[in-house]
Amino acid sequence: MEPVKELQPKKFVPIHAKRRKKLSADQWLAVLFLSPSIVCIAVFVYGFIGWTGYVSLSNWNTIIPDFSSAGLKNYLFLFKDFRFQADLRNTLFFTVFFIGLVIVMGLGLGILLDQKLVRGESLFRNIFFFPMALSFVVTGVVWQWILNPSTGINLFLKPFGIQPKWYTDTTIYGGFQWGKIEFGLPVAIIAVVIAAVWQMTGFALAMYLAGLRGIPDEIRDAARIDGCSEFQLYRKVIIPLLKPITVSVMIMMAHISLKIFDLIYAMTGPGANFVTDVPGVFMFETTFRGNYYANGAAIAIIMLLTVAVFIIPYLRHSRRGEP
Amino acid sequence: MAVLKRPLIYLVLIVCSIFFLMPVYVMLVTSIKPIEEVSLDGMWSLPSTIDFTSYREAFGKLAPNFLNSVYLVVPATILSALLGAMNGYVLSKWRFKGSETLFTFMLFGMFIPYQSILIPLIQFLRDIGLYNTIPGLILVHVVYGIPITTLTFRNFYASIPDEMIESAKIDGAGFIKIFRHIMLPLSVSGFVVVGIWQFTNIWNEFLFAVTITQSDKQPIMVALQNLSGSQIVQWNVQMAGALLAALPTLFVYILLGKYFVRGLLAGSVKG
Repeated sequence: MEPVKELQPKKFVPIHAKRRKKLSADQWLAVLFLSPSIVCIAVFVYGFIGWTGYVSLSNWNTIIPDFSSAGLKNYLFLFKDFRFQADLRNTLFFTVFFIGLVIVMGLGLGILLDQKLVRGESLFRNIFFFPMALSFVVTGVVWQWILNPSTGINLFLKPFGIQPKWYTDTTIYGGFQWGKIEFGLPVAIIAVVIAAVWQMTGFALAMYLAGLRGIPDEIRDAARIDGCSEFQLYRKVIIPLLKPITVSVMIMMAHISLKIFDLIYAMTGPGANFVTDVPGVFMFETTFRGNYYANGAAIAIIMLLTVAVFIIPYLRHSRRGEP
Repeated sequence: MAVLKRPLIYLVLIVCSIFFLMPVYVMLVTSIKPIEEVSLDGMWSLPSTIDFTSYREAFGKLAPNFLNSVYLVVPATILSALLGAMNGYVLSKWRFKGSETLFTFMLFGMFIPYQSILIPLIQFLRDIGLYNTIPGLILVHVVYGIPITTLTFRNFYASIPDEMIESAKIDGAGFIKIFRHIMLPLSVSGFVVVGIWQFTNIWNEFLFAVTITQSDKQPIMVALQNLSGSQIVQWNVQMAGALLAALPTLFVYILLGKYFVRGLLAGSVKG
């Protein structure tokens, strides 16, 4: 991207053609205002991504930088690696459950709070929102104790004779051999999903509440007059109207979950047999603890690509048709 | 049906509230327990007396890092809000050919996994002598804060009518004058929204903090993670530490939650 080049003054579209000259000077100032940010983004985002891509194709897997070309060696290594295969599996299940639960809880609570029946609505709202003000590190530290198999929730479950092993469980549910790993639901990931849902439900709730407020009462009334039950009203009218919000929430949660690092690092770490490992943790450890820079860069590029698959269409879509 | 509905709604809301408040309960109760009452079996029991020893210990361990975070978050928030206001002003009121495309390219920076820029970033910070310094972290947060602050201010300024700008122009006001005398005075709530958002994010951030700084330069979240990672530290001290680390953002949320939520809604790219 070389944005600066296209900013020729003659290409400006003046707001009033009559005052072209004066606006021109101001337009230059406008570009000047913007230029530090343009340069920063060009270098720190696009330039550095390019650099990481370059590192990922090199042999730099020791402390000493070595930029000799390795071709796709690092990528091939990763896709054959037990840990990375486990990471991909964990990320898949984490993402699906995390997004699903955040949407169900956010939409469910949103609909409940939107009923005019509820008093103390703002109190409930604040209770559901506040975890978003916390750091994933704090969340991880606390939930690590709540879901610790020898205390926390399990104290309540004792009378029922259920003692889940939570994030220490190495079971892969419904697993079958696939590549080097057992593919299936890693039970331990559920514990991390619970903590993540606890933290991010407020986001979905805030979005849905804003959406629900935006639906005019006339629409609800019209549907009721047409004989819709409350249940049908939500299923057939309201939830379809909220679809753009659902899409936004899904995209936001997907990009959080695909790059998640701090929550898992603070709460469980990679776990036995890497049952709670994710690419973010692997990248950090292999690069900054193991000095495998090229491998780390390859993981980072794969992470970027998975996020880009969601984000680029979303940005294109939501930025189209803007004023 | 309707008679049943209200209690049912309350029941669900209360059960969910318990789920959401459970960690707060654990943090509070554990952190004020005397050490001999901290046990795996007694996690949920209330303390017999209130004991602040764990806070003293946690504070002793975390205070320097807490200060690091303050030195980081204050300038970083102010600078990135200012930069966001400048960008938002241009991108809403002084659009030029290609400015929208430029903005989209900027926005992409908000979503990238920062792992994908981390290796060159650290190399770069080493080269300019800012590795393992607070100013280095400030620079990083200001730069990667550009997309979100620009987006929020752009959407915020879009609600200021163009006619106001037009009539100021007719009165002879230029680019800078309009910004200083019209836009900035109207930007207070924009600055509050962006300020809270950046404050919260930077305070809570972990990946940059743990990779760019070491030991005595580390911000609070890294220190908290180290505290909970070490075997010798008591659990009640961890909880006190977690609460201390969470206090500033919680405090801001309690005071200005409305603006916090507005920032959150602004971040989802609608505009």
